[in-house]
Amino acid sequence: MRPFEYVRAENAGAGVDAVVGAPGAKFLAGGTNLVDLMKEDVERPTRLVDISHLPFHKIERSRAGLSLGALATNTQTANHPLIRENYPLLTQAIVAGASGQLRNMATNGGNLLQRTRCNYFYDTAMPCNKREPGSGCGAREGLNKIHAILGWSEGCVATYPGDMANALYALDASVRVRGAGGKERLIPIGDFHRLPGEEPHRDTVLGHGDLIVAIQLPVASAEFARHSYYLKVRDRSSYAFALVAVAAALRVENGAIKDARVVLGSVAHKPWRSAEAEVALKGQRLGEAVFQQAAQAALQQARPLAHNAYKVELAQRSIVRALTRAAHLA
Amino acid sequence: MPHTPPNEPVELNEDEAALLEEMPTLDGVGQSRRDFMVTSAVGGIGLFAANLLVQESALAHMPLAEGAAMAPIKAQNVVKVSLTINGKPQSLELDSRVVLLDALRERLGMTGTKKGCDQGQCGACTVLIDGERALACLTLAATLEGRKVITIEGLAEGDQLHPMQAAFIKHDAFQCGYCTPGQICSAVGVLSEARRGHVSHVTADVGTGTTSLSNDEIRERMSGNICRCGAYPGIVAAVQEAHSGRQSAQTWQFATETQLAAVRKETGHETV
Repeated sequence: MRPFEYVRAENAGAGVDAVVGAPGAKFLAGGTNLVDLMKEDVERPTRLVDISHLPFHKIERSRAGLSLGALATNTQTANHPLIRENYPLLTQAIVAGASGQLRNMATNGGNLLQRTRCNYFYDTAMPCNKREPGSGCGAREGLNKIHAILGWSEGCVATYPGDMANALYALDASVRVRGAGGKERLIPIGDFHRLPGEEPHRDTVLGHGDLIVAIQLPVASAEFARHSYYLKVRDRSSYAFALVAVAAALRVENGAIKDARVVLGSVAHKPWRSAEAEVALKGQRLGEAVFQQAAQAALQQARPLAHNAYKVELAQRSIVRALTRAAHLA
Repeated sequence: MPHTPPNEPVELNEDEAALLEEMPTLDGVGQSRRDFMVTSAVGGIGLFAANLLVQESALAHMPLAEGAAMAPIKAQNVVKVSLTINGKPQSLELDSRVVLLDALRERLGMTGTKKGCDQGQCGACTVLIDGERALACLTLAATLEGRKVITIEGLAEGDQLHPMQAAFIKHDAFQCGYCTPGQICSAVGVLSEARRGHVSHVTADVGTGTTSLSNDEIRERMSGNICRCGAYPGIVAAVQEAHSGRQSAQTWQFATETQLAAVRKETGHETV
């Protein structure tokens, strides 16, 4: 690991200043992804600003709904009574990811910022536009079984690997960010992660020194609590990243779908919400035929690579399965 | 092999003793075999972590072999950290890069916590930090100011094994034993989480949850601990017994002196 300066932030403002003051600085919270990437020489921060002890651990009701502290751990969040009762989709997504140890360490803010598990991103002997802009993409013509089928660019076919953000997107969450000047702003989760385009090295819209302080869940999203399901498909039944994941949420009245959310994970550079699928569902009565139509619509724009055409059918079947479970029809 | 008298601790072998003589800068770094091996590894790439430790920089002034891939270096960005390990206060000065795992093993000589993959994938380095299971390989020691760490060495009370340790022995829940300290620390964490009603990926209804763990629940919750020997059936049985208190019969026992004598006689060996 390369040497770095360790700074323990006295408070949020000092932490932000310490990062802004050094171009190579990064915030450190749970460290589960960052420290690993530093050992692999993929991340090379010159300064780590430790924010893990700052007072952003609370999960509490707010005017807008529920506020999840950026430094609350994944375990605390998944098991909080208010989350389990009102947003069980989020609990399901979190406990589908990583291991017990990692969820105890990982924070909500850090989870959003985890980086792709593309093999070429991790292997410093390989080209990767995300790790080293301009070096090329090893995966585009390489082994791309786990890569994107939607929204990719010639420069990057990596996927966002997380689970939590998929559920947050289905629940219309927003990310509260404190900027360099101390001013806070709210970023809808759907705008938080980026598609790769010409700048695959930028995973999110955050600028240098932007600090996530909380994630907000709206009150209205609790209406999905009775009809939601997180489905994760992976190479083994536990402790693996998704090949395809689906966060499905429905608002049902008298057997008819009043509102729907379908978010796909591990198919694109960001959590992929399918407006097409949601349009196909809204106003319809619950049933497999409708779910099939939604699944077809969701993958219409898919552009599979050499080794991941299976993801198209898998995603379609997973959407049907997740909606069926959300609707309690299986 | 040089002859080693029985019942005397093995220290340096001939090769190591000769090397020590040829490398006077190593003199005084410690006489135990372990200290020698740690220090002699400082220039190597594989044991990179060893050269991050402030007190083990004996090789720092030695000339590098031509073409050496990496210069031995002194500790940089030294951070002071005070924490409690197994109930004992510890104050350390460490290179900022040192993770808890290396601080435990290489600095404090507590080698119970094992280094497996060193990148958060195997669980061998699992310890309890403020009561919660965590991975020592991904925890920078500098971040542990004021925290309480429990390692496998801290679970027993004197000669009284922790119930989870006893259950692992009873159920033969290991073969080579390398993953075992991590398995046991993780299992202790699992039981604590279950007592607080934590849910898992296989919990049928996360809204209601459960405090009673099925074997499926144990398997899921322990999935962050890999056992290459495949001792999983014994591990699940041990965790289940420690969790539920339901005693199941031990399926093995130590051989008696009579049985051992009979085997010796049959095989013609003087010792078995």
